[in-house]
Amino acid sequence: MEQEKKRRNCQEQNPWVPRILIGISVIFFVIMLVVPLFEVIYRSLREGISTYTSAITAKNTLSAMRVTLLATVIAVVVNTFFGLCASWLLTKFNFKGKHALSTLIDIPFSVSPVIGGLAFIMTFGRMGWATPVVEWFNETFGTDIALVFSVPGVVLATIFVTFPFVSRELLPVMQAQGTAEEEAAALMGAKGFTIFKKVTFPHIRWALLYGIILCAARAFGEFGAVYAVSKARGKTFTLPLEIDALYMAGSANSITQAFAVSSLLVLLAIIMLVLKQIVEYRGKRDS
Amino acid sequence: MKKKERSVLPGFGMTMGITVAMLSLIVLIPLASILAYSFKMKGSEFVELITRPNVVQAFATSIGCAFVAALVNSVFGLLLAWVLVRYNFPGKRLIDGMIELPFALPTAVAGITLTKMYSDQGAFGKFLERFGIQVSYTKLGIIIALIFVGIPFVVRALQPVLEKLPLSLEEAGTMLGASRFYTFRRVILPELMPALLTGFGLALARGIGEYGSVIYISGNSEKQGTQVVSYIIMQKLNSGRVDYEGAAAIALVLLIISFVLLFVINMIQIMASKRTKQ
Amino acid sequence: MKRQNVVKKFGAVILSMSLVVSGLTGCGKEGSAGEPENGNGVEKVTITNVSYDPTRELYAAYNPLFKQYYKEKTGKSVEVVQSHGGSGSQARSVTEGNDADVVTLALAHDITLIEEAGMIEKGWLDEFKGNSSPYTSTIVFLVRKGNEKGIKDWDDLTKEGVQVITPDPKSSGGACWNFLAAWYYADQLYNGDEAKKKDFVKKLYNNVLVMDSGARGATTTFVENGQGDVLIAWENEAFASVNEYPDKYEIVTPSVSIKAEPSVAIVDENAQKNGTEDVAKEYLDYLYTDEAQKLIGENFYRPSNEEILKTFSDTFDLNINMCTIDDFGGWDQAYKDFFDDGAIFDEIYQQ
Repeated sequence: MEQEKKRRNCQEQNPWVPRILIGISVIFFVIMLVVPLFEVIYRSLREGISTYTSAITAKNTLSAMRVTLLATVIAVVVNTFFGLCASWLLTKFNFKGKHALSTLIDIPFSVSPVIGGLAFIMTFGRMGWATPVVEWFNETFGTDIALVFSVPGVVLATIFVTFPFVSRELLPVMQAQGTAEEEAAALMGAKGFTIFKKVTFPHIRWALLYGIILCAARAFGEFGAVYAVSKARGKTFTLPLEIDALYMAGSANSITQAFAVSSLLVLLAIIMLVLKQIVEYRGKRDS
Repeated sequence: MKKKERSVLPGFGMTMGITVAMLSLIVLIPLASILAYSFKMKGSEFVELITRPNVVQAFATSIGCAFVAALVNSVFGLLLAWVLVRYNFPGKRLIDGMIELPFALPTAVAGITLTKMYSDQGAFGKFLERFGIQVSYTKLGIIIALIFVGIPFVVRALQPVLEKLPLSLEEAGTMLGASRFYTFRRVILPELMPALLTGFGLALARGIGEYGSVIYISGNSEKQGTQVVSYIIMQKLNSGRVDYEGAAAIALVLLIISFVLLFVINMIQIMASKRTKQ
Repeated sequence: MKRQNVVKKFGAVILSMSLVVSGLTGCGKEGSAGEPENGNGVEKVTITNVSYDPTRELYAAYNPLFKQYYKEKTGKSVEVVQSHGGSGSQARSVTEGNDADVVTLALAHDITLIEEAGMIEKGWLDEFKGNSSPYTSTIVFLVRKGNEKGIKDWDDLTKEGVQVITPDPKSSGGACWNFLAAWYYADQLYNGDEAKKKDFVKKLYNNVLVMDSGARGATTTFVENGQGDVLIAWENEAFASVNEYPDKYEIVTPSVSIKAEPSVAIVDENAQKNGTEDVAKEYLDYLYTDEAQKLIGENFYRPSNEEILKTFSDTFDLNINMCTIDDFGGWDQAYKDFFDDGAIFDEIYQQ
């Protein structure tokens, strides 16, 4: 690796080409990403550190934090399970409708969050057609589950928006790996789960972890779809909704609080991204 | 391609069952409700609604702005990916790590922050105003917001492909006396094209449906054509006449657009992987 | 060997993640358990009040007052969950299953939507005093200190070079009040000449710089982002902004305006299901007491109690000439005439 790099650097005839390219990229990066980030942090600290700490330890913020983490963890677990199943199916077998299926899985990637929220309301809302089913379930099992305007609703909406994140990371890796190794193992009489654990998993572990981290990062940042199904502040609000509520309260103080809570999310995002970096680095080193 | 009659690998039935069941439960069934609601409209009503001037204009704005933003992201995304893969410089890992920030930052926060920065009261806005450029509350503002949201798509689509691209290709080109630019255009770019198109397509698809980051910065003026499709859907729902059918009908068109885009992207990827295998 | 290591690490990562989560969750629970009203096994009821954007501060102040009153009267502890947003979308969320026991919305029409969904019994408008409006408000102008553009009345908003901020009437109830007030002014000015009235509002809406989706968004655009010369605003919103930034804004009361009657109602279906009918009724009744009416005035809503309203005469301009929604034949007619697809608003606003 190192040698190769040296060789490459020697080859650059004009040292200004990389400098200019790096310069342009860095400028673009700073303007589009770093400055907005600093704006958030600057505004969150403008009224002093005590306003900041009181904002992030407010009762509503803590409640929102709890809902956000709950939704994120459940979304990660569900989507990991789904991602593993779906990518096994799509890379190890050939069948009709495979491309359509993989496109359908990707839909939440590009669907407008407004549509995601609307779809849940139209299905599980009071006038939604699936509501009698939920009511029947509740009556039969003595439960009191509501799939919209409730924490389960928030979880469901979060799973929806992050649905393809794990499978999308796994698919290319498993595609590239092919099926030969697994087939050999199968012919030698290994059982399904053993094949996965011993043969497939070592190849995909970094991609999987990477997908999980991306899924988590996206999950706690989701606004649009969750907004449609969560209306009770301090009960079902997630951090992005709490930020919106604080911002919309409109006084200078509450806007500062909104940015303080935002900075919390930025911090979470950065933790996720650092984790992701470590994972990528390890992944490259191992391979 | 060889066609296997039956795979020796286990788990087809199980994974198929789980995949289809979960996909239906979480994605397809809720989205089917949108289909069902829009079918409550008569065909003529549907056409009448979709061809209303404000709806047509919103589609034009959403698609146009998303297209420009995706184009800008393709250029700068390619540059960023190239620089991150090929060169070493201080702060490289930091930049690499922060590319996904727009995924993680709530879109509403991004929208509010960008609006403030680019309004004539904000730092960037004041600077640009001197040149007579207004960003907040114009289409330019929508494009800026969509660039922000779309950056990771292109960079992350290109990076793995660039990493695998053998240096020998370029070396061969240079040894044969081709100029750097020529080598890039004729040798490297074609190799990158599928990934670039994928990133472009994903950024485009995401941009067309974007809501949170756009509504604050766009100003939502029908006159200046800054209403986006997602805004029109919300308008139908939030007006005093709650219009579920109308909202669902517009949502359906948006859904079809994203499905087609994604399908094309998947096809591009499949063709690319076939080509490399041969 | 190595593989097993990785599996272990994987497990460790997931385990530590779930630990962090459960830790945080536990932490949060402890926090709320420390609250006094949760201890001692006192009987506790929870009601949800679904309201619109500008009432955040009002209900944040009113709920503790009511809590104290209810505790003294019944010995029970009550928790009020608040929900705020655009009035129309809030009403919609109730019909979609948002479990509101009471709604306190911007206009009667939005409550009618819930009634039409069969969740509120007919006749709710007369259930509480004054068309079930414990407070009223009106539409005024908020301008920047000094009022450089010399804005005094509605016709000043149609002048060239005046930048107006008002939300989109097609997505916001508050914005409908704004439009109707301007229309009423034109009606008086031109003695009902339809073409001239349309021309007047057309000019006015040509001056609109940013059209937000809701009243709160419009206030933010004007106050926080510094856009425009004049915000057409709820009187209570305008007062709140002036109160927050006394050196930056002033209020201009136009010669005519509209009497906005934000209505309240019990959502019968939900209250019956939740067994909260009594406390819900109590919650809304208490809004009419002298204490609450005073609080309402202090939050810049006009108290419905005439006596208490008079004590605020140095705050509110009580001589303003106000029309009501009845002058437009009620909300249903107003939507048909002005805000439905293809009605007057589309006519004057589309190119």
